[in-house]
Amino acid sequence: MKTTRRAVIGGVLAMPAVARAQSAARVVVVGGGFGGASAARALRRVAPRVEVTLVEPNATFFACPFSNEVIAGLRDMAAQQFGYAHMAAAGIRVIPAAATAIDAEARRVTVSDGRTLDYDRLILSPGVDFAWGALPGYTEAAAATMPHAWKAGPQTLLLRDRLAALPEGGLVVMSAPANPYRCPPGPYERASLIAHYLKTHKPRAKLILLDSKDAFSKQRLFQNAWKALYPGVLEWVSLSSGGKVIEVDAAAGTVKTDFETYKPDLANIIPPQRAGAIAAAAGVADRTGWCPIDPVTFESRLRPNIHVIGDAAIAGGMPKSAFAANAQAKACAQAVADLLDHAIPAEPRLINTCYSLAAPDYGFSVAGVYRPANGVLTDIEGAGGTSALDAPVETRAQEARYAESWFKTITAEAFG
Amino acid sequence: MAARGFLLAGAVVLMGAAAPPPGAASCSGCHGAANPDGIPPIAGRPVADLAAALNGFRDGSRKATLMDRLAKGFTPAELQAIAAWWSEQP
Repeated sequence: MKTTRRAVIGGVLAMPAVARAQSAARVVVVGGGFGGASAARALRRVAPRVEVTLVEPNATFFACPFSNEVIAGLRDMAAQQFGYAHMAAAGIRVIPAAATAIDAEARRVTVSDGRTLDYDRLILSPGVDFAWGALPGYTEAAAATMPHAWKAGPQTLLLRDRLAALPEGGLVVMSAPANPYRCPPGPYERASLIAHYLKTHKPRAKLILLDSKDAFSKQRLFQNAWKALYPGVLEWVSLSSGGKVIEVDAAAGTVKTDFETYKPDLANIIPPQRAGAIAAAAGVADRTGWCPIDPVTFESRLRPNIHVIGDAAIAGGMPKSAFAANAQAKACAQAVADLLDHAIPAEPRLINTCYSLAAPDYGFSVAGVYRPANGVLTDIEGAGGTSALDAPVETRAQEARYAESWFKTITAEAFG
Repeated sequence: MAARGFLLAGAVVLMGAAAPPPGAASCSGCHGAANPDGIPPIAGRPVADLAAALNGFRDGSRKATLMDRLAKGFTPAELQAIAAWWSEQP
């Protein structure tokens, strides 16, 4: 790998960064979540001479991992908040504006304050946007009364407060979307922790989880936990049992499946998703709404010099998780540094680790190892998988502590 | 591993540090500073200790919550390279 990494792949005329008489190469990173923040910092580490600009309109980042604990009243929102104050110390220029247009040919980003940013390579980490209306009736306005809480922030607090105000013996209905979407086990962790809240604070209340799928991440682990912890509190309705929500009416407060119309006291609708809007504007999202990439460099299959990481990318076997975004960010930063050096990037090996909580002291995980094969990131057979089904309670407690430890570490790496 | 500085087409390109071997960059998603009851740090630990742990996770001789599932995605030579790289990190 060392020899290929160092191989020269272009003549001087094909080298825009070098052709500018040794001026530094410029990389713009769009999106300051786990992917973008990690990529900007990783790039400064592996290629200190590269000028790195991070474009992110929000001054505060609200982390999604552990936000289900906030909803269930187990954690303060302050623990979810991160900022970009440490980026400057790492040599990263932060532009507090939204990217509004990307011209792949001119290699130029336009931001919401009208400025333009030229780049040699662009790293796009736009996360997800909701496909408003894809579920009939679920508009942005409807989310004010039927929160999604699938982007952490005010929506998280809205769902927390609505849950706390649930009448005694009330009914909560959740809707989980079809694949793919951000954080595959997230709806089931949320259902678990809401059930934990109900069991603790509203003992006669009930949660129905309506699902557009028949199978989901860590399914047996969750179902075993539900049986042990929340009998009579949490009911999961699979796709084949009629769980697919086909319409909501926010004004009437109803959630409809093919078989039933529910009128819950609180509805939490996790809507269908696609790559953040700037991906489509840049021309890097395909017909599915997500972004096909090269599995070695994360460069878009559709536009040159634009790399896509995180939830927006079609990353083969890798799930849309914070860990995956962070791992992809580091691999992508290395590949971008190599490409700016006119070296051939080495084939990466990627890892995902994802913890879920079924209760505050009841954690388990899924893990995977991935390599490029046949043009996509592919699971390495024999590796990965979920926590043992028969693990003792001590192991569940240890994985819950490891989840918290992971959160501290990954947020420190991403945000400083 | 050689320092990442070299002459190319008239331009000196200085790289920050030795590139990690495949897979090694992912580790810091979980393994950071020490925290109580948390995931242990790995940076700067003796290469023999790290290699022994990784190989033990891979062959199942060492108890794990999760690392057994990850170590199985690498050959012993790849795990050795990861151990060597992490032992040199600050």
